[in-house]
Amino acid sequence: MKSFSHSHFKTYVVILLIVIFGPVGNFLLGKGMKGLGMTLSWKPSELVRFIAFALRSETIWMGIGSLIIFFVSYSLILSWADYSYVQPASAFAYGTAALLGHFMLGEIVNAVQWAGIMIICLGVFVVGRTPLRTTEPN
Amino acid sequence: MLIELVCFLLVMVAGTAGELCIARAMKTVGEVTDFRPRQLMAVAWRTVKVPWMWTGLGLMALAFFALLAVLAVENVSFVVPVTALSYAVGALGGKVFLHEQVTRTRWTGVLLVCVGVTLVLIGKRWG
Repeated sequence: MKSFSHSHFKTYVVILLIVIFGPVGNFLLGKGMKGLGMTLSWKPSELVRFIAFALRSETIWMGIGSLIIFFVSYSLILSWADYSYVQPASAFAYGTAALLGHFMLGEIVNAVQWAGIMIICLGVFVVGRTPLRTTEPN
Repeated sequence: MLIELVCFLLVMVAGTAGELCIARAMKTVGEVTDFRPRQLMAVAWRTVKVPWMWTGLGLMALAFFALLAVLAVENVSFVVPVTALSYAVGALGGKVFLHEQVTRTRWTGVLLVCVGVTLVLIGKRWG
């Protein structure tokens, strides 16, 4: 019982990291890219110049850092939980993205989006009622 | 049209397959129980030695470039079915590739998430 609770506790903490740092990373990266005022070109010389310019942006570095935390958290949780459990549970990130857009960018979240977020929450709640892991540990 | 269809399949299948490979790599490494930085570095070192991890990263990179390619010729409405369907494909992949038990309850949750994600993306586009 103790290990059951511990597994669930660390799962919820890591899912929380995933649903926060994924959208925050995308948001910061998007904001940083827009702040550059340059358009992305696929010509090698211009691409190198673009990357060099982008890496001078603090916002882009914070975005990269957030996405690294997201990727590490996502990989870690897959070491003990089912993929078919983690993938839908991480869809909570759509709610975080909508809240970020609403409070940080003043975007209007319409009724269809709110309905979608509610249905995602319901779906995650249903998935959360299934076992964390259904395979034998290696 | 054919190129777009191939890219569509690549984004959905390669993206999900990439995540499934990473899941298999992490299952090979074993459950992480110690989260101190030094221990996490040791886990990272064990992880990079598992071929499934590199296969997963390669597939995810392929999906990313296919997404870029398709976005260059198609509009973003393409993202809606791909993102929504990837949850169903992921559950199926978990069952077939990782031998996870995807029960009726879990399928119900996954399908609700698919519907919810579709509504969020459609609402964002129409908003």
